[in-house]
Amino acid sequence: MEIDGIIATLHTYERKVLPILNETCRFEDIAAKTGLQKVEVMRALQWLQNKKLVRINKELQEQVVLDENGIKYKKDGLPEVKFLEQIEEKSTLEDIEKSFGLSKQELSISLGILKSKGAIEIKKEKGIVVQITDIGKRLLKNGFPEEEFIKKNFPLNSSELKDLDKLAFENLRKRNKIIKHHIVKIIEASPTELGEKIIDHGISEEEVIDRLTPEVIKSGSWKSTKLRSYDVKINVPNISGGRLHFVTQATQYIKRIWLDMGFREMQGNLVQTSFWDLDALFVPQDHPARDMQDTFYVKDPKYGKLPKDIVRKVKASHENGFVTGSKGWQYKWSEEMAKENLLRTHNTVLSARTIAKLKKEDLPAKFFSVGKVFRNETLSWKSLFEFIQVEGIVVDPNANFKHLKGYLKEFFAKMGFPDVRVRPGSFPYTSPSAEVDVWHPKKNRWMELGGSGIFRPEVVKPLLGFECPVLAWGLGLERTIMEYYNITDLRDIYSNDIKKLREIKIWMK
Amino acid sequence: MPTITLNRKVFDSLVGKKLPLEKLKDRISMLGTDLEEVNDKEIIVEVFPNRPDMLSVQGFARAFSSFILAKTGLRHYKVEPSKEKMIVDKSVEEVRPYTACAIVKNLHFDDEKIKEVIDIQEKLHITYGRNRKKVAIGIYPFEKIKTPIKFIAQDPKDIVFQPLEFNKKMNVLEILEKHPAGKAYGHLLQGKKKFPVFRDANGEVLSVPPIINSHHTGKINEKTNDIFIECSGFDFNVLQKCLNIIVTALYEMNGIVYSMELHYGNKKYVTPDLRPEEMKADINYINKLLGMKLKENEIRKQFEQMGYGYKNKKVLVPSYRADILQQSDLAEDIAIAYGYENFHSIVPNVATIAEENQFEVFKRKISELLVGLGFIEASTYHLTNKELQCKRMNTDAQLIDLANSISSDYDVLRSWVIPSLMEILSSNKHHEYPQRIFAIGTIFKKNDNMETNIEENDRLAVVIASENTDYTEIKQILDYLFRSLNLKYEIIEAEHNSFIEGRVARVAVNGKKVAYIGELNPKVITNWSLEMPVTAFELNLTCLFDLTDKK
Repeated sequence: MEIDGIIATLHTYERKVLPILNETCRFEDIAAKTGLQKVEVMRALQWLQNKKLVRINKELQEQVVLDENGIKYKKDGLPEVKFLEQIEEKSTLEDIEKSFGLSKQELSISLGILKSKGAIEIKKEKGIVVQITDIGKRLLKNGFPEEEFIKKNFPLNSSELKDLDKLAFENLRKRNKIIKHHIVKIIEASPTELGEKIIDHGISEEEVIDRLTPEVIKSGSWKSTKLRSYDVKINVPNISGGRLHFVTQATQYIKRIWLDMGFREMQGNLVQTSFWDLDALFVPQDHPARDMQDTFYVKDPKYGKLPKDIVRKVKASHENGFVTGSKGWQYKWSEEMAKENLLRTHNTVLSARTIAKLKKEDLPAKFFSVGKVFRNETLSWKSLFEFIQVEGIVVDPNANFKHLKGYLKEFFAKMGFPDVRVRPGSFPYTSPSAEVDVWHPKKNRWMELGGSGIFRPEVVKPLLGFECPVLAWGLGLERTIMEYYNITDLRDIYSNDIKKLREIKIWMK
Repeated sequence: MPTITLNRKVFDSLVGKKLPLEKLKDRISMLGTDLEEVNDKEIIVEVFPNRPDMLSVQGFARAFSSFILAKTGLRHYKVEPSKEKMIVDKSVEEVRPYTACAIVKNLHFDDEKIKEVIDIQEKLHITYGRNRKKVAIGIYPFEKIKTPIKFIAQDPKDIVFQPLEFNKKMNVLEILEKHPAGKAYGHLLQGKKKFPVFRDANGEVLSVPPIINSHHTGKINEKTNDIFIECSGFDFNVLQKCLNIIVTALYEMNGIVYSMELHYGNKKYVTPDLRPEEMKADINYINKLLGMKLKENEIRKQFEQMGYGYKNKKVLVPSYRADILQQSDLAEDIAIAYGYENFHSIVPNVATIAEENQFEVFKRKISELLVGLGFIEASTYHLTNKELQCKRMNTDAQLIDLANSISSDYDVLRSWVIPSLMEILSSNKHHEYPQRIFAIGTIFKKNDNMETNIEENDRLAVVIASENTDYTEIKQILDYLFRSLNLKYEIIEAEHNSFIEGRVARVAVNGKKVAYIGELNPKVITNWSLEMPVTAFELNLTCLFDLTDKK
C-alpha cells in the first residue's frame, strides 16, 4: 500500500528515470537512455531524492580536453611529426623553412622537441643542416605517443591516464594551448532500498495523468485515470514581479495621511530663484544658509526673474519690517542676490508661493507637499545631496501653537510614532519655532525628524497681503525609511540594487 | 550652528542653583539649545543662531538661571561715564564705516578668563559677525594705549606694525601674504585702496580690522586688568548689539564697564548703551497665537523668567537681545517660559477639502501600469555629470551646470533620464536577467520663457536588458501605455547616436514630439560595460499630461 502510494506521486520523468538506475548510474547515460533533457533528468533525480528513493552522489573530477591548438593538430597532425615526415636524410634549415609549410614558431618548437627526443641531429656545414637519426626513423614507423594521445576521444578523465598516455599528456601539457584541464561535476545516482523495492514492484508509465491539459479535460480521460499526486511541500523556484520603489511606497502613504486630514497637494519646480526659496521667507541675505557650502547655485542661467509687486514688499520687510510692526533686519536688500537660481533647499518655497496666491475667501486652507530638496553635501553614509522633505502649512485665522502640535502628533502617530515632542528651535521664517522629535521605542531615545513653527508676520504680510497665522513644518523622510527597513547607510536608499528592489518587504503601513 | 563648551564650575556658580542631572538636561533642551553632552567638568551645547547672547558661559548661565527661576527678571548693568574718546575719521566710510567701543576695568585676567574672552570673541565672529564680515571684534590691554584713539583709513603700505604672534614689523600687504589671519580674512578688504586702522594718540597701530591686532597693543595677558573693546562693521545697531553682548558678559566676570565717546564728525555717540529697550506687549495677540488665556500677571512672570522686565504693559527687552523684532518673538519666549511640553495638542475641527495634484495622480497611474507589466521602479538623482549624460551615451546635450557642487560626480542637472537607468543596469550586472526597470524623474533645459530661464519636465524612462529584448518588445510597452491612455501616436523615423541606426524612432502625439524609442547602440551598451541587449524609451509626461483627456 505504501509503495502504491508512493508510485502514485511519481512524475513522468521520475517514472522514466527510476527503472534505468538498475542499468546505469551515470547522469549522462540516464539522459541518453531515457531520452529526457538533462534538466529534466536532474529535476527527476532531485524529486526522487526528496522522496528518499534515490541517493545522488556528486563529485568533482578533473578532465582533460583539447585546447585550440590541440583541436587544430588533431586535424592536421602535430608540427614535429610533419617536420620529421618531410625531412630527408639531410635537409638544410633553409629548405625546411621554405617548403615545410610550418610557421617560424612551429619550426623552432619542432626542432627543440625532436632534438630532445634524439630524433634528429643538427650540424653546421654550409649553413645549418638537419639530419634524421635512427631513433627518428623508428619513431616515424611506430608513431608518436603525443599524436596518438590527441587522437583520442575527449574529454578524458585525468586520474585514469596510464603509462605512455600519461607521459604524452605531461609533454603536451607544457606546450602552448594544446590541452587544458577542466573541473567537472560528475553526478551519479543509485536507488535506495526503498527505490529498489519500487523498481522491483514495477512502475507503469501509463497509469496516471501527469498534467491536466485541455485535451485531458475535453477527452474525459480524467474520469478513468488518476491524476498524479504532487509533493505539495516541494520548494519552487523564486519569481519576482514589478513593484514601486520603497521610497515611492512610503511617499504615497504619507500623501494619503495628509489627504485624509483635508490637505491639498502643492507642486513646484526644483530650480527656484533665491527670492522664493529664501528672501520671501525672510532669510536675511547674509544668513549662513545662503553660503555656497550649503546651497547649490546654478552657474548658467545664473539668474531668474522676479515678481514685481511682491518684490517691493519683501524688500521692505527685510529692510524695515514693511507694515508688520517689525524692525526688519535693517540692511540694504539686494535684488540681484534674490534673482540667483538655486536648487530648492526646502519645500517651504512651495508654501511661500502658495500663500502668495491665496485670497481671504480661500481661508482656512491646508496644504502639503512631499518632494525632493537639495543640499550641497558629499554623498556618504550619513549625508545625501538630495532627499525628500514633507512640507505642510495651515493658513487659518484661528490657528495657534496648540494646533501645530496637534497636526504633528496626528501625523507621526500614523507613521508609527505616537510620542511626539516639540522643543524650542530657531528658523529665520518662524516664531515661535520648534524642533520636532519623536520617541524611538526600540532605541529608547528621542529622534529629531524636522522643524516647525508659525510663520513670522514679516513672511506672511508681504505674500498674503494681510496678517494670518500660518502653521508650518518641514520633516525629513529618509530617517523614517531607514528605521523601517533597518538601513544604516543613507546611500542604500537610492542605490537601486535590483535584487534588493525585487525582494525588500513592502511598505506595510 | 556653533557648539560651545561651558566650564561646569563657572556655570554652576553663575547659575547659583544645582539641578539633578536629568532635570538639567531637560531644562537645557527646553530652553532652546541642542544639548550635546553633560559631565562633571563640562556642558557642551549647540546655541541657535538667534541667541548670540548665549554664546558665553555668562550669557548662557544668565538665561538659564532665569529660566529655572533661580534669578529672574531684568538684569541691571551700570555703565560708568568716561571722557575717553574715539575719533572716527571720514575716510573709513568707504571701507568699514562704523565702530562701537567700550572700556572694561577690573578684570584681573588669568588663564581661564583669557580663554573665556577669546572664546566669546571667536564664537561671535563666526556667527553674529558672519566670519568678521559683518562684525569684527578687537580686544586690547587698555594700559598700553594712549587715548584718544583714531579710526582712519590709510594706504596699506603706510600701515606698518608687528602683527599678533609675529616677531617683526611689516606693512599690511605683507601681512595679507604671510600671516595666517591675513590669508584667512584678506579677501574682506580685497580691492580697497585704503585699509581701516585703529591708531592711538601716539600713532601706534592697534589693529587693522577685520584682519589682525598688533602684537604690542593688541594682546591681553595675565597682567592685564583693563581692556579696550571695539566692534567694527557696517551697521551701527548691529555693532552696538555685539558690544552689549560682550560687555554684559564681562560685567558678570566682575568687570566695571566704562563708556566711550565716539566722534563721527560733528556727531557724538556714547557706547555702550546697556539700557533695556521698551516694547509694547500685545497680550491678546500673544494669547491668540499660542492658543492660551494667560492673564497679564502670568505673562509678566513669564517675561521675567526669560530675563525681561515688565512695567506698565511694556516689556523691557535686555540690551543684549538681538532677536526681538516684533510681537511673535515675544510670544515665542512666553511659549518657552510656559514650556513647549505643557501645550496641549489639538487637531481643530476645520473643514477643508483634500486634493491630490492631478499631475501627480497621472504619474502614479502610469507607474501602476508599468508595475503591472512587471517593471521595477528605480529612484534616481537629478544631479549627475557630463560623462554619464553624454559621453557614455555617445551623444551630446546642453547640460545645466551647477556653480558650486562640492562633488564633481554630481555637478550638472540631467537632461534625460535613460542614463540614470543605464547606470543602474551597469551596477547590477551580477543580478538575474531580464532586468526591466523604469523611473519617472525631472529633467532640465534652458528656456528663456521660464521664470528661472530653465524648463523642467517630468519624464518616464523605461529600459529592458535581456538576451531577447528587441524593438518589438519595447514598442509593445509603449503601445500598451498609449492604449490605456486612449491616445493615438505616430512613429517618425529618427536618428539618435545612443541608439542603433534604423532601430530608433520619435513618437509624436498630434504632431507634438513626446518620446524617443529604440534599441541602444552596442557602443553605448559597452560604454556602460554591459553585455546584454538593451531597449528603451523616454517619454515626456509633462507634455503627455497636457494632451490627455482627463474626463
